[in-house]
Amino acid sequence: MTALLESKGLTKFFRIGRGQVVHAVDGVTLAIAPRETVGLVGESGSGKSTYGKTVLGLHDKTAGSVTFRGEQLPQRYQPGDFQRLAASMQMIFQDPYSSLNPRMTVGEIIGEGLRLHSRKSGREIRDRVALWLEQVGLNADHMSRYPHEFSGGQRQRIGIARAMILEPEFVVCDEPISALDVSVQAQVINLLGDLKQRMGLTLLFIAHDLSMVRYVSDRMAVMYLGSLVELGPADQVYFQPRHPYTRILVESNPEPDPESERNRQSTTISGEIPSPVNVPAGCRFANRCPEVMAVCRRETPQLLPLKDVDRQVACHLYPADSTSAPLR
Amino acid sequence: MNRQQPGVAGAVPLLVVEDLGVEFDTYGGTVQAVRGVSFSVAAGETLAIVGESGCGKSVTVQSMMGLIPIPPGRITTGSARLRGREILGRVLIDGKDIRGSEIGMIFQDPMTSLNPTMTIGDQIAEPLQVHRGYSHSRAFKRAIELLELSRIPEAARRARQYPFEFSGGMLQRAMIAMAIACKPAILIADEPTTAPDVTIQAQILDLLQDLQRETGMAIILITHDLGVVARLADEVAVMYAGKIVEQGSVDDVFYRSAHPYTLGLRAAMPNNDPARQHQLEPIEGSPPDLFSPPSGCGYAARCPHAMAICQQRHPVDFALQGEHFSRCWLHHPDAPDRPPALYFREGGA
Repeated sequence: MTALLESKGLTKFFRIGRGQVVHAVDGVTLAIAPRETVGLVGESGSGKSTYGKTVLGLHDKTAGSVTFRGEQLPQRYQPGDFQRLAASMQMIFQDPYSSLNPRMTVGEIIGEGLRLHSRKSGREIRDRVALWLEQVGLNADHMSRYPHEFSGGQRQRIGIARAMILEPEFVVCDEPISALDVSVQAQVINLLGDLKQRMGLTLLFIAHDLSMVRYVSDRMAVMYLGSLVELGPADQVYFQPRHPYTRILVESNPEPDPESERNRQSTTISGEIPSPVNVPAGCRFANRCPEVMAVCRRETPQLLPLKDVDRQVACHLYPADSTSAPLR
Repeated sequence: MNRQQPGVAGAVPLLVVEDLGVEFDTYGGTVQAVRGVSFSVAAGETLAIVGESGCGKSVTVQSMMGLIPIPPGRITTGSARLRGREILGRVLIDGKDIRGSEIGMIFQDPMTSLNPTMTIGDQIAEPLQVHRGYSHSRAFKRAIELLELSRIPEAARRARQYPFEFSGGMLQRAMIAMAIACKPAILIADEPTTAPDVTIQAQILDLLQDLQRETGMAIILITHDLGVVARLADEVAVMYAGKIVEQGSVDDVFYRSAHPYTLGLRAAMPNNDPARQHQLEPIEGSPPDLFSPPSGCGYAARCPHAMAICQQRHPVDFALQGEHFSRCWLHHPDAPDRPPALYFREGGA
């Protein structure tokens, strides 16, 4: 598989003073094929947003590498790197309220990318903005309005138009729907799906809503405390999770179906995601894992492929060359 | 609308709300946030009020609790009676404040609803001192027990800590401990699971369910998450544009959804039943402006089945089966070509 984008051992640590280091992203290896949608799920604090931003160069890399279209991207971006790469890699942000400059008109917000990255005239830029406003389901005459005049769903459409106007190949969607109401979420998801089809986009879709991630993604990657614990085709990861953490995530996900909720076993795990400052030795999930073994507290499991199914799992229940039946 | 809860023999509703209407004066005009809402809850029962932001679900419970600022807010119509006594617009009932004693409330954002300058234990002890006349040391001891009940490890040590030392999930539990301190008859939970992650959400929902089983309190759950509703609710009221559009048992509302808005919500969500895969069907448009609410059905502008009458007149309540009702003209016997998907889906319990 020739990947469009590949991260190898990508690591991002933050120093927070007093010699303490936040291990936000720790050695994530992930290859995304052209026109693929990879869903990245995990609890807040698992490092999924930091991963997305580090991939795009919004954070410097602590270690590891990112390759895009075969070119290894710099460890730390210089202004010229942003200038060069912004046209092909873009981001859609979580909060449509704080990610649009309230003092710029919608036309200025959407057109800014073109102004910086193309040699188009003001009139051409205006025409493109008008076109894109219509592409995302708004009106061309919304151009002169300000963000506060729009609802959450409409603002998210503006954010999408801003990311898409440069016609990028790769877009990181960082929780693009979590701030929206259910009826509007579907509007935005379908819009993203349409654009992906038409423009041949490759997406990294970051979210914590498992049902939605399963719905939009080809493959699903599950992150816990900075590392990937499971990776595979989205439906299979959801319906046959292998890693104990994925299983708990799926089982905790409430379904809009009273019957299946009544029959649900209580699967809650105690505790919360530990602080990424004091990362436990061994498997990071060990202190919450219902199937913990002695080895889990000593050795960090690697993300390894299973022999019989298309799946990678980082768990000592599935050592190298094992099948999808867990050990013991 | 007296609703008998099976299992709770001869239960009289604890709380009966009738025709509640709430308005707010703003610079842009008067917003009719709640436009005639009626429901009731019995002991041991969970009522979920579902709807999107701006539908009036939070204002409904806040006005009951006297938590809306008056002015600019105004309760225009209706009544809310707790065990037969009117509570709307009154702070004291028989000389006592019912807030925190008879009705407990947990809020959406635990980070901003707790006092950052008081220890968690003192905050939980406070309602016991105010409503039950406990001494501080006795109330603090009880606060530790309540934290244990809410499954906070090392409760005695944690009670002496401040909110910033707690994680989001733990703050939510602390807030639950505070809300149930005086053994309220009703617990109002306003979006209790919006912030936390699924594993924390599952813990909080389990906790609420266990506490209800132990204390027999009624729960009014305000949420937009149909998964949470399916998990916790006995009764469901679906709100749209300040009105309840469909109400019934959780099975009625999910398996025999009758109102086009309820159906629209369900079609807009992915389901995880491999046998029933579907394309997401968004509800186009957005809710009406409640500065000048439409004279007809609030949902008409977005409804794929809207008829001429929907624009002109408010639909009346159509009783479907038992306590299940829907406010939609399509249920009228004279409605032409009622869409087959709309009325009484098969399946489920």
